[in-house]
Amino acid sequence: MSAVATDFDVAAVAALPLDAALGACRDLLEDPEFPTVHAWKASGGKVLGHFQVYFPEELAHAAGMLPVKVRGAPVEMRQADSHFGSYLCSILRSSLEVSLDGRLPLDMFVTHPICDAARNLAGVWARNLPYPSQILYLPQNVNSSGSAAYLRDEYARILGDIEAVAGRAVTEGDLRRSVAVFNENRRLLRDMYAIKRETPWLLPVDQAYVLVALGAILRREDHNALLRALVPQIRNRAARPQDKIRIMLEGGFCEQPPLDLLAVIGQSCYVVDDDLLIGLRFLVRDVDEQGDPLAALADAYLNGSSYSPVQHDTRKPKERMLLERLRGAGAQAAILAAAKMCEPGLDEQVAYTKALDEEHIPYFVTEFEEKMSGFDQMQLQLETFVESILFD
Amino acid sequence: MIAEQEIVGRGAVEGARLMRDWFARLDAAAERKEPAAYVFVMGSLAEILRAFDMHLVFPEINSLQTAVRHVAHEYLGMAEDYGYSPDVCGYVKADVAMQLQGGKHSMGRLPKPALALATNACNTYVKWAEFWERYYKIPMVTLDIPGSRTAAGGAAPGTDAFESDRRYLEIQLRELITECERITGTRLDMDRLREVLDYTNRMAAAWKRVLELNRGRPALFNALVDGTVYLGVLNALRGTREGAEYFERLVEEMEYKAAHRLGTIQDEKYRLLFVGVPCYPIFRRFHEMFADQGGVFVASSYLWFAAGGLDLGFQYDLTRPIESLAEGVLVGVRHAGDAMLFHDQSLIEQVDQFGADGIVYHPVKSCRTVSTSLAGSRKAVMKARDIQCLFIESDMMDRRVVSEAQLKNRIDAFFEGLGSQRLRTIAATVTA
Repeated sequence: MSAVATDFDVAAVAALPLDAALGACRDLLEDPEFPTVHAWKASGGKVLGHFQVYFPEELAHAAGMLPVKVRGAPVEMRQADSHFGSYLCSILRSSLEVSLDGRLPLDMFVTHPICDAARNLAGVWARNLPYPSQILYLPQNVNSSGSAAYLRDEYARILGDIEAVAGRAVTEGDLRRSVAVFNENRRLLRDMYAIKRETPWLLPVDQAYVLVALGAILRREDHNALLRALVPQIRNRAARPQDKIRIMLEGGFCEQPPLDLLAVIGQSCYVVDDDLLIGLRFLVRDVDEQGDPLAALADAYLNGSSYSPVQHDTRKPKERMLLERLRGAGAQAAILAAAKMCEPGLDEQVAYTKALDEEHIPYFVTEFEEKMSGFDQMQLQLETFVESILFD
Repeated sequence: MIAEQEIVGRGAVEGARLMRDWFARLDAAAERKEPAAYVFVMGSLAEILRAFDMHLVFPEINSLQTAVRHVAHEYLGMAEDYGYSPDVCGYVKADVAMQLQGGKHSMGRLPKPALALATNACNTYVKWAEFWERYYKIPMVTLDIPGSRTAAGGAAPGTDAFESDRRYLEIQLRELITECERITGTRLDMDRLREVLDYTNRMAAAWKRVLELNRGRPALFNALVDGTVYLGVLNALRGTREGAEYFERLVEEMEYKAAHRLGTIQDEKYRLLFVGVPCYPIFRRFHEMFADQGGVFVASSYLWFAAGGLDLGFQYDLTRPIESLAEGVLVGVRHAGDAMLFHDQSLIEQVDQFGADGIVYHPVKSCRTVSTSLAGSRKAVMKARDIQCLFIESDMMDRRVVSEAQLKNRIDAFFEGLGSQRLRTIAATVTA
């Protein structure tokens, strides 16, 4: 990826006192104008937007493009609603809205059949936006002996389309360099999540979320530089443990809960693990930097990845994975959230609640929407839930 | 010489009888505790499963039957009490309630599954099959059948991209066969597979012809009402001798009606395309609201995607059955996916082929695969053709979101628009 300036000066932010740096990060994340993406475009760079959940961003990065996770935005709908029916989640609408009004300027759009609604987006984009759009078919039959070769072919196919948009060929060396950059990113994010698990009083859920989410809109080298600077400072914070319960938050794999909602949760709970923006952390180990990079990326997706309601894998029953994540983080309880109208999330809630019931693990079920703004009722319910555990 | 009364309407009567017989066989299988495979219409792989003589249960058909019989709300309520949200697919919830009641269905009892088979043609298929996997602790196979990547359509057979997808599917089919051999304790009989494939070939060829015949005037069958009966047989009896014979007799009926200009309604005023999923909670009444005003549905996207691609008439090569099955399923299910995700150009072509006067878009709460992009599709088609479009939302299962009075108002206004447009066209012709 060529060095192109953005108006977010990582070095300057990293030099700020920690709380001020985190504030600057939050301001950038909440800016609905996507300034880093515009800055990239203004300097001649091209942008690949990929809808939730997982996309091998290394492919776009190796072609010199800025991979941007299309994850909606809490914006007012002016154009997008007329392109959709009624019974749909908010992230679809807001993602189209910011694309139609130019706030999110892309050169290529990729969606995935993560749900019945999202699989429609390539067609929706093709009707309404002038740049190429397509579907990447990640395997659902990951247990098939043919899935690795298929996925490698599928990555090669889409890489060809990326090259056409980027206007340059991508070599194996380019891919390996990108894999190395993203491997560092994965390590830094794992370090950050270790802080959440081990010393959650040092890193509230909303602050952790901001740091992860910036990876969706920053050059990955910049994101790495930011994390390299801030993670050690977080470790050295002078915060003390409080009387809060340790919970795991599930339900943020696609549409994102508002930051203020996360802050409300953080007031009464330590979120010691979660699936917020799990696509940015989907590969749980480093990708092999030797050999065929496309095959290595495919292997990591199939055999070295996390779980989510949008992937079926007989080796990873999701309710079992949920319990493992919960126990691995030492959580006492779970918050099972789902975005409104999110079919995979709502379906999975049923299985999750049954599994938690069987294990006698307390849980709190809720729904959210990215643009919701009132949290009083939810806060009251959550505090009651927390008290029932604290005083049990 | 066949007498008119013997042939006209035969397909509807025989289709209803075949469906009753099929349910009776499932009921008997449940009684005898014989295992079944639970499958879906887009990628049922009936050809492989029938070669192992497995009973096929189509939960989509079971669920819609509860809505047609006006009892769906009882099932939906039970599933929602179990934990399912009001905002998820009603088909799933009706089926979950059936399973919670030991397979109790309004037409009998369902045998328990020994295998859950889903495809990626619909994400809800996967979530649905995961319920059976957990509830019955049975093996679940999820087949990847990659669809078209762009609005330009899928890769053509013979290209590297197509061969990559086909090869992957062939591997998965061979793995499915191994799983079936394990479950049934029998080896695949290749001659039996060829026999089943041949039946499907006959059904596909006939189904393609039936759909083509409805392009003529007057329309020979109503794609919404009659078409749904045909579709039921097409899926439930796919790969069977009785299914093949039924569709060949149906072609005979339609050829007869075409030759004698016998339309499905006496006074065909407006030829309509239907896009979406039928409104099963008021199935008959929904149809009447159009038929009473001379509207006939000459084609339906439902007969395209819910046929799993059989409308293409693809013919399996019996000399290389598994390879050809992989190719046919890939092409067919991809085609079904296009009917939901990339359908603008095909709809425009159907407007021309069927001489359509209007399009009725019916997105439903339960099915986001079908419904998500219909509003945008309407805009695109109206831009390409001067055609009246009606956009009405309700559901295929949940009567709580079906407002008959509101639908009637919208439909009446639609016909007023069709009438005005016709008058304008006549006036323009006279003036010219």
